[in-house]
Amino acid sequence: MTRQTKEIIIKYIFFLFALVSVIVLGLIVFSLFREGLPIFGKVSVKDFIFGMEWYPTYDPPNFGIFPLIVGSLIVTLLATVIAVPLGVMAAIYISEIAPQAIKEILKSVIELLAGLPSVVLGFFGMVIVAPWLQDTFDLPTGLNIINASMILALMAIPTISSISEDALYAVPREFKEASYALGATKFETIVQVILPAAMSGISTAVMLGMARAIGETMVVLMVAGGAAAIPESLFDSVRPMPASIAAEMGEAPFRSGHYQALFAIGIVLFFMTLFFNLVADYVSHKFRQIGSGTL
Amino acid sequence: MNTFNNNSMKWRYLKQHIFFGLVRASALIITLALGGIIFYIVYNGIGAISWDFITKPPTDSMTKGGIMPAILGTIYLTVGAIAIGLPLGIASAIYLTEYAKQGRIVRFIKVGINCLAGVPSVVFGLFGLGFFVILMKFGSSILAGSLTLGFLILPTIIGASEEALKSVPQTFREASLSLGVSKWQTTFRIVLPNALPGILTGSILGIGRAAGETAPIMFTAAAYFTSKLPGSIFDEVMALPYHIYVLATAGTNIEATRPIQFGTVLVLVAVVLGIDLVAIVIRSYMRRNKRW
Repeated sequence: MTRQTKEIIIKYIFFLFALVSVIVLGLIVFSLFREGLPIFGKVSVKDFIFGMEWYPTYDPPNFGIFPLIVGSLIVTLLATVIAVPLGVMAAIYISEIAPQAIKEILKSVIELLAGLPSVVLGFFGMVIVAPWLQDTFDLPTGLNIINASMILALMAIPTISSISEDALYAVPREFKEASYALGATKFETIVQVILPAAMSGISTAVMLGMARAIGETMVVLMVAGGAAAIPESLFDSVRPMPASIAAEMGEAPFRSGHYQALFAIGIVLFFMTLFFNLVADYVSHKFRQIGSGTL
Repeated sequence: MNTFNNNSMKWRYLKQHIFFGLVRASALIITLALGGIIFYIVYNGIGAISWDFITKPPTDSMTKGGIMPAILGTIYLTVGAIAIGLPLGIASAIYLTEYAKQGRIVRFIKVGINCLAGVPSVVFGLFGLGFFVILMKFGSSILAGSLTLGFLILPTIIGASEEALKSVPQTFREASLSLGVSKWQTTFRIVLPNALPGILTGSILGIGRAAGETAPIMFTAAAYFTSKLPGSIFDEVMALPYHIYVLATAGTNIEATRPIQFGTVLVLVAVVLGIDLVAIVIRSYMRRNKRW
C-alpha cells in the first residue's frame, strides 16, 4: 500500500468517527419514534398535544399532555426571566468591569455552578427552599412553579453567562476606543456600543439557556410538585414534560399505551429543544460578528 | 439649570454608578447562591460522613449503613462513559481540525454536534432505554448506562479537543511535514501529544457531568438496591445520583434517612466538584506556563 492510499484511508476513518455525533442524533430520533409513534394509533396527534387530561393509568386512559407542555413552558419562561438579567450582567461584569483577580474567581464560580449535578440542585430546592417558601408565604406546598423556576435559573445562568461573555470579548477594541474618544462614559459605551455589537451572541446564549431549562429533568421532577393541571398562580404545582417521563417510566408496563405516550412526550421535548438549538445556531451564524466590518 | 439634565456629567456618572452597582450585585448573587448551596450541603452532610459510610453497604432496608455500592457504581459508569466518549470525541475533533476542509459537510457535522449537545438528559435516557436496553438487548446494565452517558458527554469532549488541537501552533505541523513526515504521523506524534493535556482538562468537565447525571441512568443502569456488587457489565448498579433521588422521594422513610441523603449529596458534590476543580486549577496553571 502506498503512503498516499494509506493517508486517504486514515482520513476517511477519521471522517467516520466525526459522523458519530450525527449518527447518534439519528439513532435518538429512530428510538423515540420506534417506541413512541404507536401511541398515535390510540389517540390523535391533536388530542395528544391539546388534550387537557393526563390520566395514563385510568381505564380508559387519557393521554392529553397540554398541562405538561404548559408546565414546561411556564417554568422555562420564568427561569429565563430570572436568569437572563443575572447571567448577562455577570458576563458584563466579568468582561468589562471586574479586576483580573475577581474575574478569575467569578469564572471559576460559574464553572462550578455549571458542574453542580442537577439532582443536587433538585435536592436543595426540595429540602431547603421548599420548606422556607412554605413557611414564609404560608402555602400548602413549597414545591411549586416559583421554586422550580429559581433552581432552573441557577442551572441556566452558567450557559447564558459564559456564552454572553465570549460575545462581549469578541467586540473589537476600536469600538470601545472610538466611543471613549467621543466622550462617552463607560456605562454609555457598554449599553450603547458593546451590548448592541454583541447582541447576536447574547441572543444565542439566551436560546441555549432556555433549551437547557426546558430539558432539565431532575429539578422539575423533585421541585415542581407534580400536579398535571393548568396552574392558576405561580405558587401552584406543575408537572413539566421531563418530570412526567422520569417519574412514570418506571411504572409504565412495557409497550403499553402509557409507555408509548411517555416516549411520545420525549419526541415533543426533543423537537422543542432541537428548535431552540437550531434557532441559536442560525442566529449565531447569520449575524456573526466579523471584525469591525459588519457594522 | 436643571441638575438632572440629560447631558449633565453628574447625572451621567450617577447612571453609571447605579448600573455598576447592579452588575456587581448580579455577580454577588450568583456567588452567594453557589456558596450558600455548598455551605448547606457541607453543614448538613458532614455529620453523616464516616469511614463506614463510604466503605459499607446499606443495611436495614436502606435506613442505616453506608453507600459503598453506589460510589462503586458511579465509578463504573463514569469510567465506562470515558472509555466510550473520549476516543470517539478525540477522533471527531481530529477530523474537524486536522483533516476537514471548511464546507457543507463540516457545517452539517457541527450542527449535528450542537444539536446533540442540546438533547435533554431525560431524552438520552429514553434513547438508552429504547436502543441499548431493548433493541440491543443489553438490559438495564452498566454497559447500557455507560454507552448512554458516553454519548451524552461526546459533544463536550469534541469541543474541548477541538480547542486544544487548534491551540497547537501551525508551525509545529509545518516543521514536521517539511521533514517529510506523513500527515498521519504528524497528527499522531506531534499534534496530539501537544494537545493532550488541554484535551484531558477540557474533558474532565464532561466527566464530572457524567458522574452527576441522573436522568440518563434511571432507565438504563441504575437500581434502587442490589444485594451484591455487580459481577459483569451486564449487571445493574446502584449510583450516587439515583440513590439521592430515590431516598429523597420514594424511600421507605424519607425523614429518617435525611442524614444519609445529605451525606450522599456531600459525597457526590465532593466527587464532581473535586473533579472540576482539579481541571480548573490544572488549566490555569497550564495557561500561565505555556511554552509557546
